[in-house]
Amino acid sequence: MLSQPFMQHALLAGTAVAVLSGVVGYFVVLRGQVFAGDALSHVAYSGALAALAAGLDLRFGLFAATVGVGVLLGLLGGRGAADDVVIGTTFAWVLGLGVLFLAIFTARHATGNSTASVTVLFGSIFGIGAGAATAAALVAVALVAVVLAMARPLLFASLDPAVAAARGVPVRVLGASFLGVVGASAAEASQVVGALLLFGLLAAPPAAAQRLTDRPWRGLALSAGLATMSVWVGLVLAYAFPVLPPSFAILSVSTATYAVVAITTAGRRRHS
Amino acid sequence: MTAHLSWNLVSDVRQLLQFPFMVNALRAGTIVAVVAGAIGYFMVLRRESFAGHTLALVGFPGAAGATWLGVNEGFGFFGFCILGAVVIAALPGGRAREQSAVIGTVQSFALASGLLFVSLYHGFLTGLNDMLFGTIIGITSTQVLTLLIAGVIALVVLAVIARPLLFASIDADVARARGVRVRVVGALFLLLLGIAAAGTSQVTGSLLVFALLVAPAATAIRLTASPVAGVTLSVVIALVVTWLGEGVAYFSPYPIGFWVTTFAFALFLLASGWRALADRRLAC
Repeated sequence: MLSQPFMQHALLAGTAVAVLSGVVGYFVVLRGQVFAGDALSHVAYSGALAALAAGLDLRFGLFAATVGVGVLLGLLGGRGAADDVVIGTTFAWVLGLGVLFLAIFTARHATGNSTASVTVLFGSIFGIGAGAATAAALVAVALVAVVLAMARPLLFASLDPAVAAARGVPVRVLGASFLGVVGASAAEASQVVGALLLFGLLAAPPAAAQRLTDRPWRGLALSAGLATMSVWVGLVLAYAFPVLPPSFAILSVSTATYAVVAITTAGRRRHS
Repeated sequence: MTAHLSWNLVSDVRQLLQFPFMVNALRAGTIVAVVAGAIGYFMVLRRESFAGHTLALVGFPGAAGATWLGVNEGFGFFGFCILGAVVIAALPGGRAREQSAVIGTVQSFALASGLLFVSLYHGFLTGLNDMLFGTIIGITSTQVLTLLIAGVIALVVLAVIARPLLFASIDADVARARGVRVRVVGALFLLLLGIAAAGTSQVTGSLLVFALLVAPAATAIRLTASPVAGVTLSVVIALVVTWLGEGVAYFSPYPIGFWVTTFAFALFLLASGWRALADRRLAC
């Protein structure tokens, strides 16, 4: 299995993205910004299709759109979480724009039609080439480094923004740059599991990790570990059973992991 | 059957109504807009947008699974959305931030299952885009009838629980103290939300349900504080957005999803701007 080049690329890109999603997702869940992350994942779709419609590289549109909207959300949101109504209305429109770009793209490339849209939405981890896999891995390493560098103040600002602000932590800038990083991670992850499904890696492993431990560093490592495990097991399953789309296999494993953790810890919670 | 847009509105509308598929689309759109406008108002009040979004997306595997099995798509939408509502209502309360993570997980798993069904049912990629982003062609009379029945049931139930629901949404603690069964009302409302989301998905597609569920309600709330006026306004805005969207989509090469979301968003921006101006004048 490991001798297949497409499998090697998938493992390289998948592992990198899983570690990134686990680490970033931990803070997303901790800060209660799941809905914002959801919006960013949808923005990724529109960005990618805009780039395709304009004839640019898909990844350029992905990163430009998600990072831009992420920083914007962070700045507009100001104190507390951004208003979920504003997020909802805006991303519905951004998705509408995505459909428009899809129509333009389809009209121009009669043969390409809707395959591109499906790839962006649901990912194609087995279709990643050597160059793209290496690029994805390098970007992921850089982003993880950024998150770890701001992890301490970010943790402080997430748990108690008022005290953190009083102690001189630039809460607002930190929040905006964090959402920018979430955007970049969304762009990364959509190349692997697709814009619609990256949530399985961004929400499920951190939620499971936070159930297992209250200690931040251990939780962070656990979250990254669970995400990586989901990707590996998912890839092996998809390889063994070609009926299963790889994205579905990865998501099933991460969902099942969360379900098992939730059920086993539910009893323990009640006793304590 | 090329579409010609002229300055004569009457002939334009007559042209629209010439085709049975367009009549069905308008009927379905009207039903859906009324239901989504009314239920969306409460959803925005209760800050359950994320749950609403997830329920809408749960409809996608339902539709894909129904197509795979050869059942009417409408049943798939309704079946899965109602099931999704039951699952979300049954989730342990727990900490708010964990709950949203769980909803997110449910959402992506539902979408992944949809992908599985689509790939099991070989080669209907165009159908997939229609399911996700909506289409004005292909709504059958049976679907319209299903929508009508589901819509009437949803509105009747909403009318019955409207008062306690409003109370529970605005101040849950006081409502509980006054004997309102907050949890039951909340769970019932999630079911209604599932029905509304399932219906709307069939017109705007699973991904764009928010255009009718959130935007009209959010616009209405920015314009008036009274609940009755708010619900009415929300329904009217949803209707206008749907009719305009379907009409323009018929005459233009671009899909309905784009037009409906754009009109809804434009109205929302206008209302937000007006609100900001009014607040500033009040403050002076």
